[in-house]
Amino acid sequence: MSDIDSTTAPGRTPDTDEADAARAGAQLSTAPLDDAERDARRPPGQAVPGSFAGERRPGGLGAAAWYARETAGWARWFWRQLTSMRVALILLFLLSLTAIPGSLIPQSGVDAFRVEDFKRRHETLAPVYEKLQLFDVYGSVWFSAVYILLFVSLIGCIVPRTWQFAGQLRSRPPRAPRRLTRMPAHTAWRTDAEPEEVLSAARSLLRGRRFRTAGPDASASGGSVAAEKGYLREVGNLVFHISLIVMLLAFAAGQLWKSEGGKLVVQGDGFSNTLVSYDDFSSGSLHDPDGLDPFGFVLEDFRATFERTGPQRGTPRTFRADVSYWEGADGPEKKGVIDVNHPLRVGDSKVHLIGHGYAPVVTVTDGQGDVAFRGPVPFLPQDGNITSTGVIKVTDYRDGDGERDQLGFQGIFTPTYGIDAVRGPHSTFPALDYPVLSLNAFHGDLGLDSGIPQNVYQLDTDKMEQFKAEDGDLFRADLRPGESVELPDGAGTLTFDRVEEWASFQISQEPGEGWALAGAIAAVLGLAGSLFVQRRRVWVRAERGEDGTTVVEMAGLGRSESARVPEELGDLALALRAGAPPAAGRDAAERTTAGKTADAPDATEGAGPSSRGENQ
Amino acid sequence: MNPVDIAAAANENLAEFSNLLIRSAMAVYALAFVAHIVEWVFGSRSRVARTAAALTAGGAGRTGAAGRAGTAGVSVTVRTGGGTDVLERPEVVTRSASGRRADVPDGPGAAGGDEKGDLYGRIAVSLTVLAFLLHFAAVLTRALSVQRAPWGNMYEFSTAFSMVAAGAYLGFLAARKNVRWIGLPLVTTVLLDLGLAIVVLYTESDQLVPALDSYWMWIHVSLAIVCGALFYLGAVSTLMYLFRDRYEARLEAGGKPGAFATSVLERLPSAASLDGFAYRINAAVFPFWTFTIIAGAIWAENAWGRYWGWDPKEVWSFITWVAYACYLHARSTAGWKGRRAAYLALIAFACFLFNYYGVNIFFNGLHSYGGV
Ligand code: HEM
Repeated sequence: MSDIDSTTAPGRTPDTDEADAARAGAQLSTAPLDDAERDARRPPGQAVPGSFAGERRPGGLGAAAWYARETAGWARWFWRQLTSMRVALILLFLLSLTAIPGSLIPQSGVDAFRVEDFKRRHETLAPVYEKLQLFDVYGSVWFSAVYILLFVSLIGCIVPRTWQFAGQLRSRPPRAPRRLTRMPAHTAWRTDAEPEEVLSAARSLLRGRRFRTAGPDASASGGSVAAEKGYLREVGNLVFHISLIVMLLAFAAGQLWKSEGGKLVVQGDGFSNTLVSYDDFSSGSLHDPDGLDPFGFVLEDFRATFERTGPQRGTPRTFRADVSYWEGADGPEKKGVIDVNHPLRVGDSKVHLIGHGYAPVVTVTDGQGDVAFRGPVPFLPQDGNITSTGVIKVTDYRDGDGERDQLGFQGIFTPTYGIDAVRGPHSTFPALDYPVLSLNAFHGDLGLDSGIPQNVYQLDTDKMEQFKAEDGDLFRADLRPGESVELPDGAGTLTFDRVEEWASFQISQEPGEGWALAGAIAAVLGLAGSLFVQRRRVWVRAERGEDGTTVVEMAGLGRSESARVPEELGDLALALRAGAPPAAGRDAAERTTAGKTADAPDATEGAGPSSRGENQ
Repeated sequence: MNPVDIAAAANENLAEFSNLLIRSAMAVYALAFVAHIVEWVFGSRSRVARTAAALTAGGAGRTGAAGRAGTAGVSVTVRTGGGTDVLERPEVVTRSASGRRADVPDGPGAAGGDEKGDLYGRIAVSLTVLAFLLHFAAVLTRALSVQRAPWGNMYEFSTAFSMVAAGAYLGFLAARKNVRWIGLPLVTTVLLDLGLAIVVLYTESDQLVPALDSYWMWIHVSLAIVCGALFYLGAVSTLMYLFRDRYEARLEAGGKPGAFATSVLERLPSAASLDGFAYRINAAVFPFWTFTIIAGAIWAENAWGRYWGWDPKEVWSFITWVAYACYLHARSTAGWKGRRAAYLALIAFACFLFNYYGVNIFFNGLHSYGGV
């Protein structure tokens, strides 16, 4: 929409030249009119001010009709408001405003731990935030309201514009206004060529430059050709807005049907994609648990490297998981590599590498000398140097007297051991340079039979007793790989055999991703069309003058003022002059009625008035 | 020494060299800054009030509904074919639509038509070219020293950002756009940005954490830098538009702006030109900014398993994007053109800046690898 449009309301201007010029610029875009313009176009005297329904007839029927008209009127008014450019603008602005709190307040969808932490620290504020849905901004009623209104507005905007545009494509460019000098760009010259010759040359010239042309429209002494180009702008704009809807739908579908779960896998172990194999699993409300892609994989090898020197010592440099995987229940085994930026894709599912750590392999023998437990125990990293904590639970155990009992170990694993007064034992480097496993030991009831689900990484010591060393202090062991320790009172031994690595994976399935991507690409292309293409009209008129020569006039009009319209007009005129050379000496005289020619040295930028406009 | 150590030492030397180049570039930018100041000082001697003249002289003529005709008489000689005949390029008369102060002439530039001022201005531009070359070399050696794209942390991002801003400015100059007036604000900003980079944000040259090690980084981050640098030029132009627009409005209303405002603003391009320049930049960059966000989403999909997760960085990219969309809409909505749209453009650029500095420093999301 532009100034040009705002001067176009037919019937508003008594000046016929005005109306004529306005018609030339009408329908140069499909942007909706603003209220003032719409009101100006509506025949006057339609509605009583303050009421849509007008006069109210007496009686029940009259009242009903009146209310119906009134309601329809309001509905139409509301719809017009909602689909107006101004409201779209306000909604867009609101959308960016309402998105802000989500970046300031922790979001449960992004980081649930930080939300918990926040709630603990702000006891008065948290319930208020909770009520206002500030921990879930992007799913909140108010955020949704804004974007749903925006998208309703968008649809209400696109549909009529598409129709209108289809209509414009079927109709012909408007014929030349009577006074071409009134157009934003104009040029003229006299030539000895015949008007018909000039017009047909103009027509083929414009066609050759991929203008849509109409005419020549004959007049008494000659005629004119009308041409229009740059429809791609409108196409691009509509495509862009439609792609926004596609992207929104794809995003919504993704949220509803997605599934996402995590699994920690120790080197050498495997995973198969069924609900029970996940450590944690979440899915959208419409997800079908039987729809999980059947596949599985084994973590063959995991490797991590870290920066060894410099100020960023300890920062990870590479993570790489070598897996063998299979599709279907028993498909052929294939090799694959998963690293941070390269997920494994199987069917619709993707397996991302999201974390790693160490799993000390321990062997526990009981008081009878039997092996009570053997295997890797994943420890969870607590800091960047992978100081890790974990617990070992031994359920199948007899003590020195042959009595059934249970053992629990609480431990810290440090890949590169260090100790200081403040932090106690901790790791000083994330790689396995000097691994040490430090343990406390308990015996008693692990509480596994209580029926309450237990966290495998935590030890519930309520019903357990900590082992004491001979000197009465609490028992504690620091082990290097290969070392063993005797538990006090002949309760058994624990051997730290070696260290395995583990990696954690996120397995996700999110339908609609393809649509989102397609929508995004279409949006960018549409946007490029919408912003880089200029829609413009060109008219050529050739009429025989009184002195027998032909006066050729050309004018150009863009949707908005742009330096490119006069430039292009100049090019076209230059090309047309090849077949219709200016009659000697009379060119300058015929220039224009518009008056003085100021010196403007620069063709592209110097056009002061032209650079006012939008678009390049 | 084993070969790895030698290579490491060579890289360290390169990184040192890069730091040296940045400091040299800053020294030269500082000289350019001084030269620009001198240019503006000399320019203040000129007293041609072209704007006022245009606005008052035109008063009568502008009553016609279609406004006055402006002209852009273009007389370019064009050689056609391979032959010798020379065609006179036709003169195209342009006229602006009704209403605005569309035909106010552009100011003469910082030097105000003063010859000495102009000389210093040219010196400033030459110095800026030299500084830009040093700056470019610094970014290049930094890249060589880390053997990856030189925008892995905030220090590198900042140095690359101001390099692109300076490069874009010089590019516009080379394309004969009317941008020389930007010289002083640009050089000032570049100096501040580089100062901030070496004092506060400096990070030793180093490799990337695995999440950053992707070819999408080349695409996404470099585009973000280019978009930011161009949005910056757009924002400077918008800001100047606001001042100049007020100035012109005052003159039109018969007011008399202060001497300092007159001296400075008289030399700038007309409000309409400034606004147009800002619009063209913002509109042209917007599709690229859109693509930057999409590239980021694809990368996030590869690295984190979801293409959009409302991480603070993502939130603020989105806000920036919507704010620029707002601006573009405002431009084509009656009642929102002009100053109101300009405010939206400034808000949008502020969002961009905040997304870069604010989010990296104040939030800790997945994107917080800024090295601060
Ligand atoms: C989802 C939010 C929206 C975004 C991100 C968006 C973005 C854009 C962009 C970037 C442009 C190009 C501006 C230009 O051509 O100068 C544009 C143009 C346009 N938009 Fe939207 N838009 C949105 C919603 C809407 C809505 C709800 C409407 C309907 C009222 C609408 C109507 C238009 C129209 C009519 C144009 C063309 C203006 C012209 O031709 O000058 N847009 N939009």
